[in-house]
Amino acid sequence: MSNNTNDIDNAVTVSNVYKNYGDVEALRDLSLDFPRGQLTSLLGPSGCGKTTLLKIIAGLLPADSGEITVNSQPVTGPGPDRAFVFQDFALLPWATVMRNVAFGLELRGVNQSEREAIAEKYIGDVGLKGFENSYPHELSGGMRQRVGLARALSVDAQVLLMDEPFSAVDEQTRRKFQEDLLNLVKNENKTFIFVTHSIEEAVYVSDQVAILLPRPSRVSEIIRPEGFRHKDATSIRRDSEYLDIVDRIWASLRTYVE
Amino acid sequence: MIRYRSYLLTFLSAFIVLGSWEIAGRIPVSYSFPTFVETITAFWVLLLDGTMFVAYGETLKPLVVGVLISAFLGIGIGLTIGLSKKFDWLLSPVFVVMQTAPLAALIPLLVMIYGIGLTSKVFVVCIMAMPVIVLNTSGAVRNTPASIIEMGQAFLGTKRDIILKIILPAASPIIFAGLRLGVSAGFIGAILAELKITPTGVGDIISYSRSIADYPSMYAAIMSIILLAVIFLNVLERIENFLFKGTRQGYASE
Ligand SMILES: Nc1ncnc2c1ncn2[C@@H]1O[C@H](COP(=O)(O)OP(=O)(O)OP(=O)(O)O)[C@@H](O)[C@H]1O
Ligand SMILES: [Mg+2]
Repeated sequence: MSNNTNDIDNAVTVSNVYKNYGDVEALRDLSLDFPRGQLTSLLGPSGCGKTTLLKIIAGLLPADSGEITVNSQPVTGPGPDRAFVFQDFALLPWATVMRNVAFGLELRGVNQSEREAIAEKYIGDVGLKGFENSYPHELSGGMRQRVGLARALSVDAQVLLMDEPFSAVDEQTRRKFQEDLLNLVKNENKTFIFVTHSIEEAVYVSDQVAILLPRPSRVSEIIRPEGFRHKDATSIRRDSEYLDIVDRIWASLRTYVE
Repeated sequence: MIRYRSYLLTFLSAFIVLGSWEIAGRIPVSYSFPTFVETITAFWVLLLDGTMFVAYGETLKPLVVGVLISAFLGIGIGLTIGLSKKFDWLLSPVFVVMQTAPLAALIPLLVMIYGIGLTSKVFVVCIMAMPVIVLNTSGAVRNTPASIIEMGQAFLGTKRDIILKIILPAASPIIFAGLRLGVSAGFIGAILAELKITPTGVGDIISYSRSIADYPSMYAAIMSIILLAVIFLNVLERIENFLFKGTRQGYASE
Protein backbone atom coordinates (compact mmCIF):
# COMPACT_ATOMS: atom_id res chain seq x y z
CA MET A 1 0.00 0.00 0.00
CA SER A 2 2.98 2.30 0.47
CA ASN A 3 4.44 2.23 -3.02
CA ASN A 4 4.31 5.96 -3.30
CA THR A 5 6.06 6.46 0.03
CA ASN A 6 9.15 4.46 -0.81
CA ASP A 7 11.10 7.59 -1.53
CA ILE A 8 10.00 9.14 1.76
CA ASP A 9 12.24 8.91 4.80
CA ASN A 10 10.33 6.81 7.30
CA ALA A 11 11.12 7.14 10.99
CA VAL A 12 9.11 4.05 11.85
CA THR A 13 8.01 1.16 9.67
CA VAL A 14 5.69 -1.67 10.58
CA SER A 15 5.56 -4.61 8.18
CA ASN A 16 3.28 -7.62 8.24
CA VAL A 17 2.81 -7.64 12.00
CA TYR A 18 0.67 -10.29 13.66
CA LYS A 19 -0.29 -10.29 17.32
CA ASN A 20 -2.52 -12.66 19.25
CA TYR A 21 -3.48 -12.57 22.90
CA GLY A 22 -4.21 -16.23 23.47
CA ASP A 23 -7.25 -16.84 21.30
CA VAL A 24 -7.87 -13.16 20.64
CA GLU A 25 -6.42 -12.10 17.32
CA ALA A 26 -5.55 -8.44 17.79
CA LEU A 27 -3.43 -7.59 14.74
CA ARG A 28 -3.37 -9.51 11.46
CA ASP A 29 -0.80 -8.71 8.80
CA LEU A 30 -0.67 -5.03 9.65
CA SER A 31 1.71 -2.83 7.67
CA LEU A 32 2.10 0.91 8.03
CA ASP A 33 4.86 3.47 7.53
CA PHE A 34 5.37 6.61 9.58
CA PRO A 35 7.19 9.37 7.67
CA ARG A 36 9.78 11.31 9.65
CA GLY A 37 8.76 14.67 10.97
CA GLN A 38 5.08 13.99 10.40
CA LEU A 39 2.10 13.15 12.53
CA THR A 40 0.22 9.96 11.80
CA SER A 41 -3.09 9.26 13.49
CA LEU A 42 -4.47 5.83 14.16
CA LEU A 43 -8.23 5.89 13.99
CA GLY A 44 -10.37 2.86 14.58
CA PRO A 45 -13.12 1.33 16.69
CA SER A 46 -12.51 0.62 20.37
CA GLY A 47 -10.68 -2.64 20.97
CA CYS A 48 -9.29 -2.84 17.44
CA GLY A 49 -5.69 -2.95 18.58
CA LYS A 50 -4.39 0.62 18.51
CA THR A 51 -2.80 0.44 21.94
CA THR A 52 -1.39 -2.96 21.03
CA LEU A 53 0.26 -1.54 17.92
CA LEU A 54 1.68 1.38 19.86
CA LYS A 55 3.12 -0.89 22.54
CA ILE A 56 4.68 -3.11 19.91
CA ILE A 57 6.36 -0.08 18.35
CA ALA A 58 7.47 1.03 21.81
CA GLY A 59 9.10 -2.36 22.36
CA LEU A 60 6.90 -3.10 25.36
CA LEU A 61 5.18 -6.03 23.66
CA PRO A 62 6.73 -8.49 21.23
CA ALA A 63 4.96 -9.02 17.92
CA ASP A 64 4.20 -12.64 17.04
CA SER A 65 5.71 -12.09 13.63
CA GLY A 66 6.53 -9.26 11.27
CA GLU A 67 9.09 -6.52 11.48
CA ILE A 68 9.18 -3.12 13.14
CA THR A 69 11.98 -0.66 12.57
CA VAL A 70 12.76 2.71 14.13
CA ASN A 71 15.37 4.70 12.21
CA SER A 72 15.92 1.57 10.14
CA GLN A 73 16.93 -0.42 13.22
CA PRO A 74 14.74 -3.38 14.14
CA VAL A 75 12.92 -2.88 17.44
CA THR A 76 13.94 -5.33 20.16
CA GLY A 77 12.84 -3.35 23.21
CA PRO A 78 12.23 0.16 24.50
CA GLY A 79 14.77 2.77 23.40
CA PRO A 80 15.73 6.39 24.02
CA ASP A 81 14.40 7.31 20.57
CA ARG A 82 10.79 6.72 21.65
CA ALA A 83 8.59 8.17 24.40
CA PHE A 84 5.14 6.95 25.38
CA VAL A 85 2.02 8.76 26.56
CA PHE A 86 -0.13 6.13 28.22
CA GLN A 87 -3.86 5.88 27.75
CA ASP A 88 -4.29 5.27 31.50
CA PHE A 89 -1.65 7.91 32.38
CA ALA A 90 0.51 5.45 34.39
CA LEU A 91 1.56 7.99 37.03
CA LEU A 92 3.28 7.07 40.28
CA PRO A 93 0.61 7.77 42.91
CA TRP A 94 3.19 8.44 45.63
CA ALA A 95 5.21 10.94 43.62
CA THR A 96 4.54 14.63 43.15
CA VAL A 97 3.78 16.13 39.75
CA MET A 98 7.38 17.31 39.61
CA ARG A 99 8.83 13.86 40.29
CA ASN A 100 6.38 12.21 37.89
CA VAL A 101 7.24 14.58 35.06
CA ALA A 102 10.96 14.24 35.73
CA PHE A 103 10.75 10.46 36.18
CA GLY A 104 11.77 9.62 32.63
CA LEU A 105 14.88 11.76 33.06
CA GLU A 106 15.48 10.32 36.52
CA LEU A 107 15.58 6.83 35.01
CA ARG A 108 18.06 8.08 32.44
CA GLY A 109 20.36 9.23 35.21
CA VAL A 110 19.99 12.98 34.68
CA ASN A 111 20.91 14.77 37.92
CA GLN A 112 18.19 16.29 40.03
CA SER A 113 18.63 20.01 39.43
CA GLU A 114 18.97 19.54 35.69
CA ARG A 115 15.95 17.27 35.34
CA GLU A 116 13.79 19.48 37.51
CA ALA A 117 14.65 22.48 35.40
CA ILE A 118 13.55 20.60 32.28
CA ALA A 119 10.43 19.25 33.96
CA GLU A 120 9.56 22.74 35.20
CA LYS A 121 9.41 23.98 31.62
CA TYR A 122 7.10 21.22 30.41
CA ILE A 123 4.90 21.48 33.49
CA GLY A 124 4.41 25.09 32.47
CA ASP A 125 3.81 24.14 28.84
CA VAL A 126 0.96 21.80 29.68
CA GLY A 127 -0.56 24.39 32.00
CA LEU A 128 0.17 22.84 35.38
CA LYS A 129 2.28 25.63 36.84
CA GLY A 130 1.67 25.81 40.56
CA PHE A 131 0.86 22.12 40.88
CA GLU A 132 4.48 20.92 41.02
CA ASN A 133 4.10 19.62 44.54
CA SER A 134 0.64 18.11 44.20
CA TYR A 135 0.08 14.38 44.16
CA PRO A 136 -1.83 12.70 41.32
CA HIS A 137 -4.86 11.99 43.51
CA GLU A 138 -5.21 15.71 44.09
CA LEU A 139 -5.55 16.36 40.35
CA SER A 140 -8.48 15.97 37.97
CA GLY A 141 -8.37 13.33 35.25
CA GLY A 142 -7.42 15.88 32.60
CA MET A 143 -4.65 17.28 34.76
CA ARG A 144 -3.24 13.80 35.35
CA GLN A 145 -3.24 13.20 31.64
CA ARG A 146 -1.22 16.36 31.13
CA VAL A 147 1.35 15.12 33.66
CA GLY A 148 1.80 12.02 31.49
CA LEU A 149 2.12 14.25 28.43
CA ALA A 150 4.75 16.46 30.07
CA ARG A 151 6.72 13.38 31.15
CA ALA A 152 6.88 12.12 27.58
CA LEU A 153 7.83 15.52 26.16
CA SER A 154 10.58 16.10 28.71
CA VAL A 155 12.73 13.13 27.58
CA ASP A 156 13.07 14.73 24.14
CA ALA A 157 12.63 11.55 22.09
CA GLN A 158 12.44 11.64 18.29
CA VAL A 159 9.34 9.50 18.12
CA LEU A 160 6.36 10.25 20.34
CA LEU A 161 3.83 7.49 20.82
CA MET A 162 0.66 9.08 22.11
CA ASP A 163 -2.23 6.90 23.17
CA GLU A 164 -5.31 9.13 23.24
CA PRO A 165 -3.35 11.89 24.94
CA PHE A 166 -6.19 14.42 24.98
CA SER A 167 -9.08 12.11 25.81
CA ALA A 168 -9.61 13.41 29.35
CA VAL A 169 -8.94 17.12 28.92
CA ASP A 170 -11.73 19.62 28.48
CA GLU A 171 -12.70 20.91 25.04
CA GLN A 172 -10.96 24.30 25.37
CA THR A 173 -7.69 22.74 26.53
CA ARG A 174 -8.05 20.09 23.89
CA ARG A 175 -8.26 22.67 21.12
CA LYS A 176 -5.31 24.52 22.52
CA PHE A 177 -3.30 21.31 22.73
CA GLN A 178 -4.21 20.43 19.15
CA GLU A 179 -2.85 23.79 18.05
CA ASP A 180 0.25 23.33 20.20
CA LEU A 181 0.71 19.92 18.68
CA LEU A 182 0.55 21.38 15.16
CA ASN A 183 3.25 23.87 16.11
CA LEU A 184 5.34 21.13 17.66
CA VAL A 185 5.12 19.06 14.48
CA LYS A 186 6.00 22.10 12.39
CA ASN A 187 8.91 23.33 14.50
CA GLU A 188 10.57 20.16 15.68
CA ASN A 189 11.61 17.35 13.45
CA LYS A 190 9.81 14.77 15.53
CA THR A 191 7.62 11.93 14.44
CA PHE A 192 4.28 11.60 16.15
CA ILE A 193 2.11 8.52 16.29
CA PHE A 194 -1.18 9.58 17.67
CA VAL A 195 -4.16 7.47 18.68
CA THR A 196 -7.52 9.17 18.87
CA HIS A 197 -11.22 8.39 18.73
CA SER A 198 -12.10 11.77 17.32
CA ILE A 199 -12.32 12.01 13.54
CA GLU A 200 -12.16 15.81 13.65
CA GLU A 201 -9.09 15.73 15.84
CA ALA A 202 -7.38 13.21 13.56
CA VAL A 203 -8.02 15.24 10.43
CA TYR A 204 -7.11 18.49 12.14
CA VAL A 205 -3.70 17.47 13.45
CA SER A 206 -2.52 14.74 11.09
CA ASP A 207 -0.32 14.58 8.05
CA GLN A 208 -1.72 11.12 7.51
CA VAL A 209 -4.68 9.30 9.04
CA ALA A 210 -4.61 5.50 9.09
CA ILE A 211 -8.02 3.95 9.45
CA LEU A 212 -7.92 0.56 11.13
CA LEU A 213 -10.43 -2.23 10.70
CA PRO A 214 -12.05 -3.86 13.73
CA ARG A 215 -10.21 -6.82 15.22
CA PRO A 216 -8.20 -8.48 13.75
CA SER A 217 -6.79 -5.15 12.82
CA ARG A 218 -5.34 -4.11 9.48
CA VAL A 219 -5.06 -0.74 7.81
CA SER A 220 -8.10 -0.24 5.62
CA GLU A 221 -7.28 3.21 4.28
CA ILE A 222 -4.70 5.96 4.54
CA ILE A 223 -5.85 9.52 4.07
CA ARG A 224 -3.46 12.44 3.78
CA PRO A 225 -5.21 15.71 4.59
CA GLU A 226 -2.73 18.04 2.92
CA GLY A 227 -4.63 20.81 1.20
CA PHE A 228 -5.23 22.98 4.25
CA ARG A 229 -1.98 22.39 6.20
CA HIS A 230 -0.62 25.83 5.36
CA LYS A 231 -3.69 27.61 6.68
CA ASP A 232 -3.73 29.10 10.15
CA ALA A 233 -5.10 27.10 13.01
CA THR A 234 -8.56 28.63 13.29
CA SER A 235 -9.51 28.69 9.62
CA ILE A 236 -8.74 25.01 9.16
CA ARG A 237 -11.88 24.08 11.04
CA ARG A 238 -13.98 25.90 8.44
CA ASP A 239 -12.01 24.66 5.44
CA SER A 240 -14.16 22.75 2.96
CA GLU A 241 -11.53 20.08 2.30
CA TYR A 242 -11.21 19.53 6.06
CA LEU A 243 -14.97 19.07 6.35
CA ASP A 244 -15.07 16.77 3.30
CA ILE A 245 -12.40 14.51 4.72
CA VAL A 246 -14.17 14.32 8.09
CA ASP A 247 -17.35 13.27 6.27
CA ARG A 248 -15.54 10.71 4.18
CA ILE A 249 -13.90 9.08 7.19
CA TRP A 250 -17.18 9.02 9.05
CA ALA A 251 -18.84 7.36 6.06
CA SER A 252 -16.26 4.59 6.01
CA LEU A 253 -16.20 4.12 9.80
CA ARG A 254 -19.96 4.08 10.31
CA THR A 255 -20.29 0.75 8.55
CA TYR A 256 -18.49 -0.82 11.53
CA VAL A 257 -20.62 0.93 14.09
CA GLU A 258 -23.84 -0.48 12.69
CA MET B 1 -10.25 19.27 66.60
CA ILE B 2 -10.53 15.84 64.98
CA ARG B 3 -7.27 14.85 66.61
CA TYR B 4 -8.60 15.91 69.97
CA ARG B 5 -11.78 13.92 69.44
CA SER B 6 -9.91 10.80 68.44
CA TYR B 7 -7.88 11.00 71.66
CA LEU B 8 -11.12 11.37 73.55
CA LEU B 9 -12.56 8.27 71.86
CA THR B 10 -9.43 6.26 72.61
CA PHE B 11 -9.61 7.32 76.22
CA LEU B 12 -13.30 6.45 76.37
CA SER B 13 -12.84 3.00 74.92
CA ALA B 14 -9.93 2.31 77.30
CA PHE B 15 -12.14 3.47 80.17
CA ILE B 16 -14.97 1.13 79.15
CA VAL B 17 -12.69 -1.89 78.72
CA LEU B 18 -10.75 -1.32 81.95
CA GLY B 19 -13.96 -0.46 83.81
CA SER B 20 -15.61 -3.70 82.76
CA TRP B 21 -12.46 -5.54 83.74
CA GLU B 22 -12.60 -3.99 87.21
CA ILE B 23 -16.29 -4.89 87.61
CA ALA B 24 -15.75 -8.44 86.31
CA GLY B 25 -12.87 -8.83 88.74
CA ARG B 26 -14.98 -7.65 91.66
CA ILE B 27 -17.99 -9.89 91.02
CA PRO B 28 -15.72 -12.05 90.56
CA VAL B 29 -16.32 -14.03 87.37
CA SER B 30 -13.65 -16.48 88.44
CA TYR B 31 -11.42 -16.95 91.43
CA SER B 32 -8.42 -16.71 89.14
CA PHE B 33 -9.49 -13.40 87.56
CA PRO B 34 -8.04 -10.39 89.41
CA THR B 35 -9.42 -6.89 89.25
CA PHE B 36 -7.75 -4.21 87.19
CA VAL B 37 -6.55 -2.33 90.27
CA GLU B 38 -4.97 -5.46 91.73
CA THR B 39 -3.27 -6.14 88.43
CA ILE B 40 -1.90 -2.64 88.06
CA THR B 41 -0.61 -2.75 91.63
CA ALA B 42 1.15 -6.05 90.94
CA PHE B 43 2.54 -4.47 87.79
CA TRP B 44 4.10 -1.61 89.77
CA VAL B 45 5.56 -4.01 92.33
CA LEU B 46 7.16 -6.11 89.60
CA LEU B 47 8.42 -2.98 87.90
CA LEU B 48 9.84 -1.36 91.03
CA ASP B 49 11.60 -4.42 92.44
CA GLY B 50 13.29 -4.89 89.07
CA THR B 51 11.76 -8.29 88.29
CA MET B 52 10.17 -6.93 85.13
CA PHE B 53 13.42 -5.52 83.79
CA VAL B 54 15.34 -8.74 84.38
CA ALA B 55 12.51 -10.70 82.76
CA TYR B 56 12.43 -8.50 79.67
CA GLY B 57 16.20 -8.75 79.40
CA GLU B 58 15.58 -12.44 78.78
CA THR B 59 12.41 -12.26 76.71
CA LEU B 60 13.59 -9.51 74.39
CA LYS B 61 16.61 -11.53 73.22
CA PRO B 62 14.76 -14.17 71.16
CA LEU B 63 12.05 -11.65 70.34
CA VAL B 64 14.32 -8.99 68.87
CA VAL B 65 16.59 -11.46 67.11
CA GLY B 66 13.64 -13.42 65.73
CA VAL B 67 11.72 -10.36 64.61
CA LEU B 68 14.77 -8.84 62.92
CA ILE B 69 15.55 -12.08 61.10
CA SER B 70 11.92 -12.46 60.09
CA ALA B 71 11.69 -8.89 58.86
CA PHE B 72 14.83 -8.83 56.74
CA LEU B 73 14.76 -12.40 55.55
CA GLY B 74 10.99 -12.33 55.18
CA ILE B 75 10.92 -9.22 53.02
CA GLY B 76 13.88 -10.51 51.00
CA ILE B 77 12.27 -13.88 50.39
CA GLY B 78 8.91 -12.24 49.72
CA LEU B 79 10.45 -10.01 47.07
CA THR B 80 12.16 -12.96 45.42
CA ILE B 81 8.96 -14.95 45.39
CA GLY B 82 6.97 -12.00 44.08
CA LEU B 83 9.41 -11.29 41.30
CA SER B 84 10.03 -14.81 40.07
CA LYS B 85 7.57 -17.52 39.15
CA LYS B 86 10.20 -20.18 39.78
CA PHE B 87 10.77 -19.16 43.40
CA ASP B 88 7.05 -18.81 43.85
CA TRP B 89 6.61 -22.49 43.01
CA LEU B 90 9.60 -23.44 45.10
CA LEU B 91 9.07 -21.43 48.28
CA SER B 92 5.46 -20.30 48.64
CA PRO B 93 4.18 -23.70 49.79
CA VAL B 94 6.81 -23.78 52.56
CA PHE B 95 5.44 -20.59 54.07
CA VAL B 96 1.82 -21.53 53.59
CA VAL B 97 2.54 -24.75 55.50
CA MET B 98 4.51 -22.83 58.11
CA GLN B 99 1.63 -20.45 58.64
CA THR B 100 -0.89 -23.22 59.21
CA ALA B 101 1.39 -25.63 61.11
CA PRO B 102 0.37 -26.36 64.70
CA LEU B 103 3.33 -24.70 66.39
CA ALA B 104 2.86 -26.39 69.76
CA ALA B 105 3.34 -29.74 68.08
CA LEU B 106 6.55 -28.58 66.41
CA ILE B 107 8.18 -27.29 69.57
CA PRO B 108 9.29 -30.71 70.91
CA LEU B 109 10.89 -31.34 67.54
CA LEU B 110 12.76 -28.02 67.67
CA VAL B 111 13.93 -28.74 71.20
CA MET B 112 15.19 -32.12 70.09
CA ILE B 113 17.22 -30.56 67.31
CA TYR B 114 18.36 -27.25 68.79
CA GLY B 115 18.11 -27.87 72.52
CA ILE B 116 16.41 -25.57 75.00
CA GLY B 117 18.55 -22.51 74.42
CA LEU B 118 18.12 -19.28 72.55
CA THR B 119 18.19 -20.93 69.10
CA SER B 120 14.96 -22.85 69.62
CA LYS B 121 13.18 -19.76 70.93
CA VAL B 122 14.35 -17.66 68.00
CA PHE B 123 13.01 -20.38 65.73
CA VAL B 124 9.61 -20.25 67.39
CA VAL B 125 9.48 -16.47 66.96
CA CYS B 126 10.49 -16.81 63.31
CA ILE B 127 7.95 -19.52 62.58
CA MET B 128 5.27 -17.27 63.99
CA ALA B 129 6.42 -14.03 62.38
CA MET B 130 7.94 -14.90 59.04
CA PRO B 131 5.12 -16.49 56.98
CA VAL B 132 2.79 -13.50 57.09
CA ILE B 133 5.67 -11.15 56.24
CA VAL B 134 6.75 -13.31 53.30
CA LEU B 135 3.26 -13.90 51.95
CA ASN B 136 2.23 -10.24 52.26
CA THR B 137 5.40 -9.03 50.58
CA SER B 138 5.17 -11.45 47.68
CA GLY B 139 1.46 -10.73 47.18
CA ALA B 140 2.07 -6.99 47.22
CA VAL B 141 4.90 -7.27 44.72
CA ARG B 142 2.82 -9.38 42.38
CA ASN B 143 -0.05 -6.91 42.57
CA THR B 144 1.96 -3.87 41.50
CA PRO B 145 -0.13 -2.29 38.71
CA ALA B 146 1.22 -3.56 35.39
CA SER B 147 0.83 -0.14 33.80
CA ILE B 148 3.37 1.65 36.01
CA ILE B 149 5.88 -1.17 35.53
CA GLU B 150 5.35 -0.84 31.79
CA MET B 151 5.87 2.90 32.14
CA GLY B 152 9.20 2.25 33.88
CA GLN B 153 10.27 -0.01 31.04
CA ALA B 154 9.17 2.45 28.38
CA PHE B 155 11.28 5.17 30.01
CA LEU B 156 14.30 2.84 30.08
CA GLY B 157 14.35 1.92 33.75
CA THR B 158 16.77 -0.88 34.57
CA LYS B 159 15.51 -3.94 36.43
CA ARG B 160 16.99 -2.42 39.59
CA ASP B 161 15.27 0.96 39.03
CA ILE B 162 11.97 -0.73 38.49
CA ILE B 163 12.26 -2.75 41.69
CA LEU B 164 13.53 0.11 43.85
CA LYS B 165 11.58 3.03 42.41
CA ILE B 166 8.33 1.41 41.34
CA ILE B 167 7.65 -2.02 42.81
CA LEU B 168 8.92 -1.41 46.35
CA PRO B 169 7.12 1.89 46.96
CA ALA B 170 3.96 0.50 45.38
CA ALA B 171 4.12 -2.56 47.62
CA SER B 172 5.23 -0.78 50.77
CA PRO B 173 1.82 -0.25 52.43
CA ILE B 174 1.04 -3.96 52.24
CA ILE B 175 4.59 -4.96 53.17
CA PHE B 176 4.26 -2.84 56.29
CA ALA B 177 0.87 -4.31 57.07
CA GLY B 178 2.54 -7.73 56.91
CA LEU B 179 5.35 -6.49 59.10
CA ARG B 180 2.88 -5.32 61.72
CA LEU B 181 1.06 -8.65 61.70
CA GLY B 182 4.40 -10.48 61.78
CA VAL B 183 5.67 -8.49 64.75
CA SER B 184 2.47 -9.16 66.72
CA ALA B 185 2.79 -12.84 65.92
CA GLY B 186 6.44 -12.67 67.00
CA PHE B 187 5.38 -11.42 70.44
CA ILE B 188 3.04 -14.35 70.78
CA GLY B 189 5.83 -16.65 69.63
CA ALA B 190 8.31 -15.28 72.18
CA ILE B 191 5.90 -15.90 75.09
CA LEU B 192 4.87 -19.26 73.72
CA ALA B 193 8.52 -20.29 73.53
CA GLU B 194 9.06 -19.32 77.14
CA LEU B 195 6.00 -21.22 78.27
CA LYS B 196 6.68 -24.35 76.23
CA ILE B 197 10.46 -24.66 76.10
CA THR B 198 12.03 -23.33 79.31
CA PRO B 199 10.37 -20.84 81.60
CA THR B 200 12.51 -17.72 81.39
CA GLY B 201 11.78 -14.02 81.34
CA VAL B 202 8.17 -12.94 81.16
CA GLY B 203 7.07 -16.50 80.50
CA ASP B 204 8.65 -17.41 83.81
CA ILE B 205 6.70 -14.72 85.66
CA ILE B 206 3.53 -16.04 84.07
CA SER B 207 4.07 -19.69 84.87
CA TYR B 208 5.61 -19.08 88.31
CA SER B 209 2.89 -16.75 89.54
CA ARG B 210 0.25 -19.12 88.22
CA SER B 211 1.82 -21.99 90.14
CA ILE B 212 1.61 -20.03 93.41
CA ALA B 213 -1.84 -18.65 92.53
CA ASP B 214 -0.57 -15.05 92.39
CA TYR B 215 -3.00 -14.16 89.63
CA PRO B 216 -2.53 -10.37 89.73
CA SER B 217 1.18 -10.82 88.91
CA MET B 218 0.34 -13.26 86.16
CA TYR B 219 -2.05 -10.80 84.55
CA ALA B 220 0.39 -7.97 85.07
CA ALA B 221 2.97 -9.88 83.04
CA ILE B 222 0.47 -10.59 80.29
CA MET B 223 -0.62 -6.97 80.27
CA SER B 224 2.96 -5.76 80.06
CA ILE B 225 3.64 -7.80 76.94
CA ILE B 226 0.49 -6.47 75.27
CA LEU B 227 1.52 -2.96 76.19
CA LEU B 228 4.97 -3.48 74.74
CA ALA B 229 3.52 -4.88 71.53
CA VAL B 230 1.26 -1.87 71.11
CA ILE B 231 4.13 0.54 71.68
CA PHE B 232 6.29 -1.37 69.24
CA LEU B 233 3.60 -1.35 66.54
CA ASN B 234 3.21 2.39 67.00
CA VAL B 235 6.91 2.92 66.51
CA LEU B 236 6.74 0.79 63.38
CA GLU B 237 3.93 2.91 62.02
CA ARG B 238 5.98 6.04 62.61
CA ILE B 239 8.92 4.52 60.77
CA GLU B 240 6.62 3.70 57.87
CA ASN B 241 5.21 7.22 57.76
CA PHE B 242 8.70 8.61 57.82
CA LEU B 243 10.04 6.37 55.06
CA PHE B 244 7.12 6.54 52.68
CA LYS B 245 5.49 9.87 53.29
CA GLY B 246 3.89 10.25 49.89
CA THR B 247 2.92 6.64 49.44
CA ARG B 248 0.04 6.67 51.84
CA GLN B 249 -1.33 9.95 50.56
CA GLY B 250 -1.24 8.61 47.04
CA TYR B 251 -3.33 5.60 47.85
CA ALA B 252 -5.92 7.58 49.73
CA SER B 253 -8.23 7.95 46.76
CA GLU B 254 -6.71 5.76 44.11
N1 LIG C 1 -3.14 -8.11 27.88
C1 LIG C 1 -4.15 -8.55 27.11
N2 LIG C 1 -4.59 -9.82 27.20
C2 LIG C 1 -5.58 -10.28 26.42
N3 LIG C 1 -6.22 -9.54 25.50
C3 LIG C 1 -5.84 -8.28 25.34
C4 LIG C 1 -4.79 -7.70 26.14
N4 LIG C 1 -4.63 -6.42 25.78
C5 LIG C 1 -5.53 -6.20 24.80
N5 LIG C 1 -6.26 -7.31 24.53
C6 LIG C 1 -7.30 -7.45 23.50
O1 LIG C 1 -6.77 -7.02 22.28
C7 LIG C 1 -7.67 -6.17 21.61
C8 LIG C 1 -7.01 -4.87 21.25
O2 LIG C 1 -6.74 -4.15 22.44
P1 LIG C 1 -6.17 -2.68 22.43
O3 LIG C 1 -6.00 -2.25 23.84
O4 LIG C 1 -4.98 -2.65 21.57
O5 LIG C 1 -7.37 -1.87 21.74
P2 LIG C 1 -7.50 -0.32 21.42
O6 LIG C 1 -7.68 -0.19 19.96
O7 LIG C 1 -6.40 0.43 22.05
O8 LIG C 1 -8.87 0.03 22.13
P3 LIG C 1 -9.33 1.40 22.79
O9 LIG C 1 -9.60 2.33 21.69
O10 LIG C 1 -10.57 1.04 23.53
O11 LIG C 1 -8.24 1.83 23.70
C9 LIG C 1 -8.88 -6.01 22.51
O12 LIG C 1 -9.93 -6.75 21.96
C10 LIG C 1 -8.48 -6.58 23.83
O13 LIG C 1 -9.52 -7.34 24.35
MG1 LIG D 1 -6.26 1.76 23.59
